[in-house]
Amino acid sequence: MSTRKSSFFNMVSTLVLVTGGAALALGFVYQWTKEPIAQAKIEKQMRAIRSVTGEYTNDPLSEAYQVARDKGEGQRFRHKEPTNEEQAKGEKKSEEVLTFYPAKLTNDQQITAISAYSDNGYSGRIELMVGIDENGAVRNIEVVSHLETPGLGSKIKDQDFIEQFIGKTADDFDMRVTNDGGEVDGISGATISSRAFCEAVQQALDAFNETKDEKRNNLSGNLN
Amino acid sequence: MKKEITYRETLTKGFLKENPVFVLLLGLCPVLGVTTSAINGLGMGLATLFVLFMSNVVISLIRNFIPAQVRIPSFIVIIASFVTVVDLVMAGYTPALHEQLGIFIPLIVVNCIVLGRAEAFASKHSLLFSMIDGVGMGVGFTFALVLLGGIREILGNLSLFGLKILDTDGMILFILAPGAFIVLGLIIGFLNWRKKEV
Repeated sequence: MSTRKSSFFNMVSTLVLVTGGAALALGFVYQWTKEPIAQAKIEKQMRAIRSVTGEYTNDPLSEAYQVARDKGEGQRFRHKEPTNEEQAKGEKKSEEVLTFYPAKLTNDQQITAISAYSDNGYSGRIELMVGIDENGAVRNIEVVSHLETPGLGSKIKDQDFIEQFIGKTADDFDMRVTNDGGEVDGISGATISSRAFCEAVQQALDAFNETKDEKRNNLSGNLN
Repeated sequence: MKKEITYRETLTKGFLKENPVFVLLLGLCPVLGVTTSAINGLGMGLATLFVLFMSNVVISLIRNFIPAQVRIPSFIVIIASFVTVVDLVMAGYTPALHEQLGIFIPLIVVNCIVLGRAEAFASKHSLLFSMIDGVGMGVGFTFALVLLGGIREILGNLSLFGLKILDTDGMILFILAPGAFIVLGLIIGFLNWRKKEV
């Protein structure tokens, strides 16, 4: 054990040295890992976008834009003034903000990857990336993050479950689980997870359908 | 009289005789929480191994410098620093695993096995012994997590390290929290039974 006495000066100086040393070391490690962590985040985003759009030729991340709607019944999505990432973190609680990533494919098709979410998962937020083509049909869905029970709610990631959404539009498919009167075959034992998943998909489709006209108007406005 | 310790003993005691999970029953929160698959167990085990080793090294080096009354806060600061290092490095270089383990990585700070070894061993022994102790205990902890995770993954998901063994659903119970208690209890029971036999 220690040979130094627990005098006031010894204790204070030791703690100052230990915490100071720790802070210094952590500062270095933070600097060193800052780049890779930011890189990993971007790569994750890109992977999610690519998996719902296919190979694209533009840079969806730099062309991303946001839409938002106020919470509550009957609210519609509208375009949102661009905010940088710092501001986006402090987003208003009363608003649902979604990010659109427009991707242009090699065959001139345009797919919009939308990062949608639902807070009604079994244990918190489920984040999806939903790819929607120009006709408003789902191309593919990727679960970006979730906290559902492993082996149960986590099956929302399975292709078997996601498959039933592919090619469907908001008009020809009722995006609710069969228990709620919809057409989605939910995961047995994980109705809450399935329901939240549907909700996020519906949110993405709403956002897409409600803002696509607005965007066209803007464009024609610019032409005049 | 102080018992003489040997390198061999220090290295191997963590594996079975004083296994942190199966015998000392320390740090059970992450043990029960993350061992839903073998790979999660391995990742968590290795992260803890690193923290255990590094904190043992540093604490052993400065053990004669720290006054007795502030030793616990000093140890905790050192341990927390290494945990933060692990957290940052994993977030940067193994993002998938980092996401899987989630909150359990920062929680290594409060894993009593780390502070336990610092207080009971590293603060009283030389650098070399402390290093060996850190490795021994860390490997024992990793072994326990992989074993537990492996069994739960096989029973609950019919796969091991993500490779499917049978293409049907397993017993969900073993993936859920109760499964962790059941498997841990059975392993401890088995080990105790073996000990009696010998």
